[in-house]
Order: sequence, then structure tokens, then C-alpha cells
Amino acid sequence: MFGLTIEQLGFIVRGAGWTIVLSLLGFVGGTLVGLPIALARSSNNRWLPRLSAAFVQLVQGIPLPVIMFVVYFGISIGGFDIPALVAAGIAMTLYSSAYLGEIWKGSIQAIPSTQWEASECLALTPVQGFVYVILPQAVRVAIPPTVGFLVQIVKNTSYSVVIGFTDLTYAAKVINNATFRPFLVFTIAAGIYFVICYPMSLLSRKFERSLKRS
Amino acid sequence: MSYDFDFSFLRDYDSDLVYGVWLTLAMTVAAIVPGFALGTTCAISALYGPAWLRRLSTAYVEGIRNTPLVIQVFWLFFGLSVLNIHVSATTAAITALVVNVGAYTAEIMRAGFETIPKGQTEAAACLAMTRTQQIWNIQLPQAVERMYPALVSQFVLMMLATSIMSQISAPELTGVGYQIQSFTFRGFEVYIVIAIIYLALASVLRLLLFGVATALFPRRRRLKTPL
Repeated sequence: MFGLTIEQLGFIVRGAGWTIVLSLLGFVGGTLVGLPIALARSSNNRWLPRLSAAFVQLVQGIPLPVIMFVVYFGISIGGFDIPALVAAGIAMTLYSSAYLGEIWKGSIQAIPSTQWEASECLALTPVQGFVYVILPQAVRVAIPPTVGFLVQIVKNTSYSVVIGFTDLTYAAKVINNATFRPFLVFTIAAGIYFVICYPMSLLSRKFERSLKRS
Repeated sequence: MSYDFDFSFLRDYDSDLVYGVWLTLAMTVAAIVPGFALGTTCAISALYGPAWLRRLSTAYVEGIRNTPLVIQVFWLFFGLSVLNIHVSATTAAITALVVNVGAYTAEIMRAGFETIPKGQTEAAACLAMTRTQQIWNIQLPQAVERMYPALVSQFVLMMLATSIMSQISAPELTGVGYQIQSFTFRGFEVYIVIAIIYLALASVLRLLLFGVATALFPRRRRLKTPL
């Protein structure tokens, strides 16, 4: 089929499966770390906003491939022999938590401060006010950019190729080395990425439009 | 855990690191200028061009924005070699970066053009400006000014993205790091140093681009409105 054997196509599709696994790892990990970061960024504490801002600046100023390498080599000097998936997963978590933290901080701060004051007038504690008043509104603001960032996560898992993780990009590279048909192989790979990413891009835009209308 | 950190490679490979930094910056600058021109052209044709041109630029922007840079680079670099066109890895890398950053710039500039009030073009039309003059003299400067912060972030992201070009053996900073690591087996230390260099480069580039802004937008300086 397409001048590739079924096995070769299967290898690429399996790579696509690993790309999705790594994307999910990155998103789940990024949510678990990014949410506390967003809260720390918008807290009234003296040190928490600065510390979390420093973390975000640090991660956003280093290329993802370099983060992958640092994690990969950093864990191996600790004497642990771990699969590339774990190193790539940790790197993706660090990367997406910084960006998601920024996105969600913006969403929390986009809620007018009168909402905070109103919830205080209703004798809600700050935690109650956040959970029942601010959060439901902030989530609405956060959904379009979060879905948009999912596209970035899926695309950026391709950087795990530097530490030899067998994702879609790596699989395509291997098949290209074997068949030497770059246009065919990389067009198929690009097509698979596009099929995963484009619906999310459209969805993000749709959410954004419906948010603007309301 | 006992591990002795060894940063002696800094002394032995300092000239390689300097070369890597130079190539990273050179690729960035070489890609920003044509990339910006390409993106702006696409934004203008997507907004004001004939239908076929609109569809073409939308297809380009969506195609590039929804596929990874690594795949684009591989497609171009390995593809060219099959066609018996032999270009250096650096040339292929810069070409791919131009195409990539062009698509992102197009999206930013399109948003920029859309935020300019209609009154501006109407006023320009009253002054008997042609459509081209309106776009070039009235809309473009304002769109660039409004979108400048977004453009700066995009260009910094692109500088960081050059790190993937070591995959097609362009000897930029990350590629140099990989070579040093394979000679010294000090992967962790090497990439810590590389990471610090990138952090510094990102700050320098951001400062530099905002320095350019004060020269570019004198009105902002007079009004003291920050970008």
C-alpha cells in the first residue's frame, strides 16, 4: 500500500499510538503540576507568585529538546535505568505545566475582582469563593486556549525523537532510513499529525467564538 | 547517590560552544526577516486577496501550524536529497524555519490587521490613497505596532526551536552539546550548561527586539505607552 509494506505502515501507526500516549502523559502531568502553579501565580502570598513565575520563566526559556536531554541524563546519573517514555513524560510534564500554568493564571485573573468582593459579601470564605464563584467562570475562559495548547503538546512530543523515544516522528525516521522515500513517509507522518491536531484547532476556535458571543 | 560533577569540558570545548551559539543566533536572524515578510504577505492575501489566494494561504497556515517542525524539516531535508538537490543542513534548516515562522506570523498579523478600526482605512481613502497605499502606509505599521509583543514571543520560541536542527546535523548549540556529550560522557553537565546558555540567549533576544521597538515606534516613546 502506498509503496510501503503493511509492516512498515503498521510501525508508523504504532508510533502514532505512542505519540498519543506521550501527549496524554504530558497533558495529565501538566495539569497536575500546572494547576498549583496557576494558583501560586495568583496567590497573595509573598513568595509563591515569585517562585512559580521563576519556574515558568526557566522552562519557557529552555528549548524542549534540551529539557528532554537534561531529564534523560539527569535520571541516568542518579543510577536509574528508565525507559525513554518516562524521561519524555517528565520533560513533557515540566514543559506543559509551565504553559498551562500561565494560561490558567490568565483565566483566573480575567475574572473581575468585583466577583471576589461579591462572594466576600455573601460571607463565603476565600476557598469557597474561589471554588463556587471564580472557578466556574475561569474554566469557561480557560477552555479555548487549553484546547489550543493541546495541539502544541501533540506537536511538541515530536521533540522526544532526540532521546530516541519511538513516537510517530522517530518511527517515520526509521522507515525513511529503510525505504529512502522521504516525501511519502514524512507526508504520511505529517498527515497523521494533522488529523490529530486540526480538529482540536477548529474546536479551540469554535469555543473562542462562542465565548466572545456570550 | 554519589556523583562527581565535572565541568572541565567547558575549558576544552569552549570554541565549539561559541560556534554553536553563533550558528543558533545566525539561523534565528536569517529566518526572522524573510519569515516575517512571508507571514505578512500571507496575512494580507488571506484578508484582501482573491478567493483562490485566500484558500491557498489558509491551507498553508493551517498545514504548517498543525504539523511539527521536526517533520517539516525532515520532509524538506531528506526530500531534497532524493531529488538530487544537495544543500547544506544549515540552509535546509533556515528554509524550514522561514516556512514555519511565516505561518505563525501570518496568523498573528491577520489578527493585527483585524483589530485596526475601519475609520483608519476610510480616512486614508478620503485622502485619495490607493488600496496598496492604505495597506502599506496606514494598516501595516499599526498592525505591526499592536502585534509586536506577540511577534517577539513567536521569534523567541523560534530561536528555541532551532535546537531541533541538530537532528539533520546542523551544528547549532544543541548539536554541539550532543557532540561534546558523546566525547566526554558528561551528558547531564553539558545540557545544564546548554540550558543556561539558551536562557541567556532568550533574554538577550527579547531585550534586543524590544530595543528595536523603541527605534521602530517613536510615537510610543513620545506617548510613553509601553508595548
